[in-house]
This record gives sequence, structure tokens and C-alpha cells, in this order.
Amino acid sequence: MKYVEEFRDRALAEKLSAAIRAEADPARSYNFMEFCGGHTHAIFRYGVQDLVPGNVHFVHGPGCPVCILPIRRLDDAIELAERHGVILCSYGDMLRVPGSKRRSLLSVKAQGADVRMVYSTLDALDIARKNPDRQVVFLGIGFETTTPPTALAIRQAADEGLTNFSVFCNHVLTPAAIRHILDAPDIDPEEAVHLDGFLGPSHVSTVIGSRPYEFLSETYRKPVVIAGFEPLDVLQSVLMLIRQVNEGRVEVENQYARVVTREGNTKAQDLVDEIFELRPAFEWRGLGMVARSALAIRPAYAPFDAEARFDLSEKTSREVKSCECPAILRGVKKPKDCKLFGNVCTPDNPMGSCMVSSEGSCAAYWTYRRAETLAEMAKDKAMAEQAA
Amino acid sequence: MCLAIPALVTAVLADDMATVSLGGVVKTVSVALLDEVAVGDYVLLHVGYALHKISEEEAERTLAMMAEGGLLEAELDEIAGDAA
Repeated sequence: MKYVEEFRDRALAEKLSAAIRAEADPARSYNFMEFCGGHTHAIFRYGVQDLVPGNVHFVHGPGCPVCILPIRRLDDAIELAERHGVILCSYGDMLRVPGSKRRSLLSVKAQGADVRMVYSTLDALDIARKNPDRQVVFLGIGFETTTPPTALAIRQAADEGLTNFSVFCNHVLTPAAIRHILDAPDIDPEEAVHLDGFLGPSHVSTVIGSRPYEFLSETYRKPVVIAGFEPLDVLQSVLMLIRQVNEGRVEVENQYARVVTREGNTKAQDLVDEIFELRPAFEWRGLGMVARSALAIRPAYAPFDAEARFDLSEKTSREVKSCECPAILRGVKKPKDCKLFGNVCTPDNPMGSCMVSSEGSCAAYWTYRRAETLAEMAKDKAMAEQAA
Repeated sequence: MCLAIPALVTAVLADDMATVSLGGVVKTVSVALLDEVAVGDYVLLHVGYALHKISEEEAERTLAMMAEGGLLEAELDEIAGDAA
């Protein structure tokens, strides 16, 4: 219980922890995937793992938008800034992710490319209005929370007749990625990560509602609890998942009912439908090609589509050798299984995307579990040497 | 960038914009994703857009959690840095 002091409401945290310990069946193990990087961060920040028994495991999913952008798309963004000379606008975390040859948007900015960090698509639109003689491209990344703001920016640009604004669209869909993870063992048995349930994302669900997760219970027989980001929310959601597993129930439950509805924000959903269409497939870092998992800008809005406006070269992009980000994003490996962790790869000098964003698994282990992880790595190495 | 931060609507402006106040920072944001917004409403703010209306109780609960987790400062810095 060493972390319980961190909680504002200690009494409630202790009560939930005790209930989880009482109800978790010691004869079985519970593997729950938290899809969203916001949950990964909360679990580590508050030491939630230490408040649940050892047979309750958190499997960190690929829900960090910066982490899952494939290196080729990042190389494309770098090309837009360098070769096409555009003003490239991006959210902050994206700037430090290394692309091929360890070049990042930040490093090409230092070499003279015009890369600008923005907080909002509203800022990117403003930059376009103030620089009518320059092309401005917004690097659109993220799940269902950041997609409606990008859609609105495109519609605003169309309404204003802005001819120098476009979006390099990399928006992705949560339910499609979850489906892909559950199908993976059928495709490759080595990828089999047994999962007993999911902690559903909270802010994504404020937009899409809880309904899009119903296939998980109906088709895949996996329990889902949509969980808020507060650590007490996470603990309560774990208890709800354990109860479903113990009782043999398979349902979509909504722990975050104070914010999330079944329908979600239909105004935002309609807007996204108006501006975007499904891509047949899209590459995710770690997951490879995932069918119907990402959005493209509809042809009606092609003037605002950077992929239609600029000729991007075919390129051979290379991940950093030995970087285990892809397997970590699939939940198959943990940061301790990566040889680069903590020696050459740190938040100040990241080799892979999982170390860049504070929502990435490696950054979370580095910040909150560094000593334990390095000790485990040393132990694993000693055992491997002994075995050899 | 997954987190959304609760903010109090202090003025409703033209073109689906509004002024919000959060932790002493005043910011102009888009409310185009919501149907009706009034002064005094709390909204979940994400990358400059109000995503959802929330209750005052939920807003306070989330803000307290973010402050406790050291998350509020980083988010506010980002927003304030942009406002400057």
C-alpha cells in the first residue's frame, strides 16, 4: 500500500483496494488492457498496480497518438517541411519523435525548416491567415478526441476560402485497433496476449459514446468498462471488470457515466462524417496494416488535403534497430524487454515513440519505475548469461 | 495530449466561440462542437475545443485530481504559452 498516501481520498482508495483483493479469485489471473495512454499514465503516477493483487495485470495498449504514428508518415511530414517548404504545424509531443536516420521535426526545424508547435487547429488556421503567401500544413494526429477539431478547421478553411491551408491527415479509430489486437492471435499465435477485459478510454468515449464498444462483448465476448482518468475511477473500473469476469458476464459497462453517454456527441460525429471517410487500411506503428482503422479527407474537401496537394516521395523508412516500441505497443513486450531502455533511450534522448510522449509506456516506466525496471533487466540478463 | 481540462464559460462570442477561464488563464476557444453553451457552463476543453458539457461537481473533481497528479500545471503552461 506504499502509494496509497498519494490519493486525495485515501479512505476510498483503501476501500476499493480491499474490495478488489477480496473479490479477485487467487486461483486465476486477470489481464486487463488499458487502451488509452491517459490510463497508463494514471496507473503509474498513482501506483495503481500496487493497490491490486499480483494476479491482476495491466496490459498497456496502443492508445497513445504520438506513439502509434508509423515512421513513414513522420518522414512524410518532415518532407513536407523540408522539401516542400511549407509551414508545418503540429502538437508539441510530435516534434521530438525520431523518424528515419533519427531526424525529428525539431531537428529539421533547427536546420531551418519552418515547423511550428500549436496548441489547437485554431492556431494553425490563424497562421494560414497571417501568411497568405505560404502553404500551411497541419499534421493531424490522434484518436476520436482530436478528429472533430481537425474536421472543424477544414470546414472553417473551406468557408473562408483559404487556399493556403491543408491537413496531413493521420487520424485513427479506437474500436478498429482493439478489434485488430483481438484478431492478432488468429493471425500469428506468437502474438497471443490473453486479455480478460478492457478499460475503455474516457475522453474518446465522450465523443463516440459507449455504443462502438458493444462488438467487443457481442462478438469477442470480452468485458469492457469505460473508465474515467482519475485513479479512483481506474480502481473502481478494475473492480467492475473483476466482477464481470467472476460472474461470467460480458457487457459494456460505463463507470464514467457522469460524462459518457451511449450515443456520445452526435454533433461532433456528424461533422467528422461530413469531412472524412474511412481508409481501407492504415499502418500503425506496432500493429502494422489495420483494416478500416483510419480516416482520410473526403474528395469534396481535396483542396484541404495535403496528400492530394503535395507530391510525397516513395521512401524507405527505417525504425531504430533493436527498438521494441512496436512489440510494446501490441502488449507483447514490456519496456524491460527492450535493450535500449534506460541506457541509450531516455526521455532526453528518445530512440522510439514510447519514450517521447508522457503517455507512452516506456516514459511511464522511466518516470515512475526506473529503478525496479533496471534491476529486472539486470536480473534477466544475468539469468540469460547463466543459461548460455 | 489525451487529457481534457474542465473550464468555466465566462462569455459566449460570435462564430461559435467563447471565452473560458481555467486556473487563472483566460482563453478564447471554439464551442462549435456543442449544441448550446451559456455563461456559467463547465466544458471539457481539448486542444482548443469544448468537447462536452460537464457538471460543476465533475469539473471540480477533475481539476482537483489533475492538480494533485501534477498534471494541471503542464496543461495550463501549454495553454498559457499559446495564449501569450
